[in-house]
Amino acid sequence: MSATAAAVHSLWTTRALADTAATPAIPTPHIEYAQLSPVLIVFGAAVLGVLIEAFAPRAARYAGQLAVSVVGLAAAFAALVALAADGYAQGRSHVAAMGAVAVDGPALFLQGTIVLIALVATFTFAERRLDPVAHGNRVDSFAAQGSAVPGGEQEQKAVRAGFTTTEVFPLLLFAVAGMMIFPAADDLLTLFVSLEVFSLPLYLLCALARRRRLMSQEASVKYFLLGAFSSAILLFGIALLYGYAGTVSYGGIADVVDGTAKLTPALANTTGNDALLLIGGAMVVMGLLFKVAAVPFHMWTPDVYQGAPTPVTGFMAAAVKVAAFGALLRLLYVVLPGMRWDWRPVMWGVAIVTMVVGAIIAVTQTDVKRLLAYSSIAHAGFLLTGVIAVSPSGVSSVLFYLVAYSFVTLGGFAVVTLVRDAGGEATHLSKWAGLGRRSPLLAAVFAVFLLSFAGIPLTAGFSGKFAVFKAAAQGGAVPLVVVGVISSAIAAFFYIRVIVMMFFQEPQPQGPTVAIPSPLTSTAIALGVAVTLVLGVAPQYFLDLAGKAGVFVR
Amino acid sequence: MNPANYLYLSALLFTIGAAGVLIRRNAIIVFMCVELMLNACNLAFVTFSRLHGNLDGQIIAFFTMVVAAAEVVVGLAIIVTFFRSRHSASVDDADLMKL
Repeated sequence: MSATAAAVHSLWTTRALADTAATPAIPTPHIEYAQLSPVLIVFGAAVLGVLIEAFAPRAARYAGQLAVSVVGLAAAFAALVALAADGYAQGRSHVAAMGAVAVDGPALFLQGTIVLIALVATFTFAERRLDPVAHGNRVDSFAAQGSAVPGGEQEQKAVRAGFTTTEVFPLLLFAVAGMMIFPAADDLLTLFVSLEVFSLPLYLLCALARRRRLMSQEASVKYFLLGAFSSAILLFGIALLYGYAGTVSYGGIADVVDGTAKLTPALANTTGNDALLLIGGAMVVMGLLFKVAAVPFHMWTPDVYQGAPTPVTGFMAAAVKVAAFGALLRLLYVVLPGMRWDWRPVMWGVAIVTMVVGAIIAVTQTDVKRLLAYSSIAHAGFLLTGVIAVSPSGVSSVLFYLVAYSFVTLGGFAVVTLVRDAGGEATHLSKWAGLGRRSPLLAAVFAVFLLSFAGIPLTAGFSGKFAVFKAAAQGGAVPLVVVGVISSAIAAFFYIRVIVMMFFQEPQPQGPTVAIPSPLTSTAIALGVAVTLVLGVAPQYFLDLAGKAGVFVR
Repeated sequence: MNPANYLYLSALLFTIGAAGVLIRRNAIIVFMCVELMLNACNLAFVTFSRLHGNLDGQIIAFFTMVVAAAEVVVGLAIIVTFFRSRHSASVDDADLMKL
């Protein structure tokens, strides 16, 4: 032990040298800037946004931030398309930045989805026609001044002065950049850092609602404390996996799990210790399941979705799910495929409980945002059935489902922002009664989204569910598919109940009004409808695209 | 001294932190317990780094510290605004959205 200990010490202690010139140089890491350009563009736009906040006059900030966000996200999407056209999605898949970030099909596909979600979310963030004009200033859904006490004197001053929180745009961009790295992370350290990079801006965004600030702040505190707790659990899992394998790179850990790694004496000591691998893997997966809102790690979801400003809720519900499922897929398919006989039974249980609990509790909900939150939990369960397949079609079906689900979700929450009464958004379901009589177009659009959530044929939700259930059945998980179909039926009950309520009940005399949105929100809703119908009627092109993108680099 | 003892200490600290998150009622103390969990992770990283004789774990410990610092910035800001509007930092008072 002492002999090896001396050798080990020599790794981080060095003999003092007389002349510094003889110190060996550390080679500079090789960074493939071109392959990382989509993420770098988004980070650059975010930093530019911070500079605008710091130096531009208040009146110019809104237009500047909106322009920077839209141009940055569009440029990032163009860079992603260029990378995919260069063949990085297939064949030329590569691990960039010294093994930290994978550039492969699933990564590019999910990054593209996240960027498009963010672009649509930027539109809903920038909407300024819904709230009534306050003291001659058009305002958006965000607080006049985040630090001011709700209802206090300082807040009234800020409202009179026409302040708006334009910081939400750089916060959104930072979150997007973190989310883009998350599914592409190819070592556990990058996974953890990108998790925090996208979580921290989201905690802040949750607290910034203009209306119902107390609820919004409460949502933020809950999300923050539980999110920090779950990321600490994830980090301890990373520590244990590092202890097991002696490396945090995905490929390296996979080699040790498979038993193909070159054994060093230290490794020989730890690889016999399966407890490290099992507990570590379980804790990392727990951290990711928290982010995808799978039961039993879902408790935060309804409260946070209800309390957060609705544009933020839409963004979170769509983009976090995409990023976290990407990371979960990569972890289970690249790092732990050698342990699939251990994790599959557990994921079976999680998927079943998630689908059933999400669907059943949703039936009892009386608030639209909470209803959509439980529906997003149930959808996490449907997505998990695709993850369990452990096959190429499992990967591609989950990728496809994520696209179908996320744009419908964005559109759904955008509709929620339009139905308003004197207190802001009228989210209580009883107020939505008879909406179809008063504003048939809006109710029809929301009905399309609900039918897609329910998975009725000719909508995107049906194609997505069909793809994941087919993959799961081919992977031998037939009982899981049966449970999935039953909970879809339960879920369809409450979606259709809302539709019946909107169209076949008399409107209340004191009912809400429907605000006329600017083209920004209209675009978000129209895109949601378009994706729902296109993916529902002609999904083949996108299924092929997801199929081509379904190979991880290792 | 056997390095494994540091792992036991790390697991103990992590458990104390997790128990604190679950049973304490003050948001600041809950947050301090989360930080304790992160420090327990750091101890585990450094110990494993020593066991394996490579530097990855020590470098990760630095990253964890940076992340913890960023989390403090965001977390305290959120908890302080929460406290200012309710004059209480108790997580039990956060029940506006109970069914």
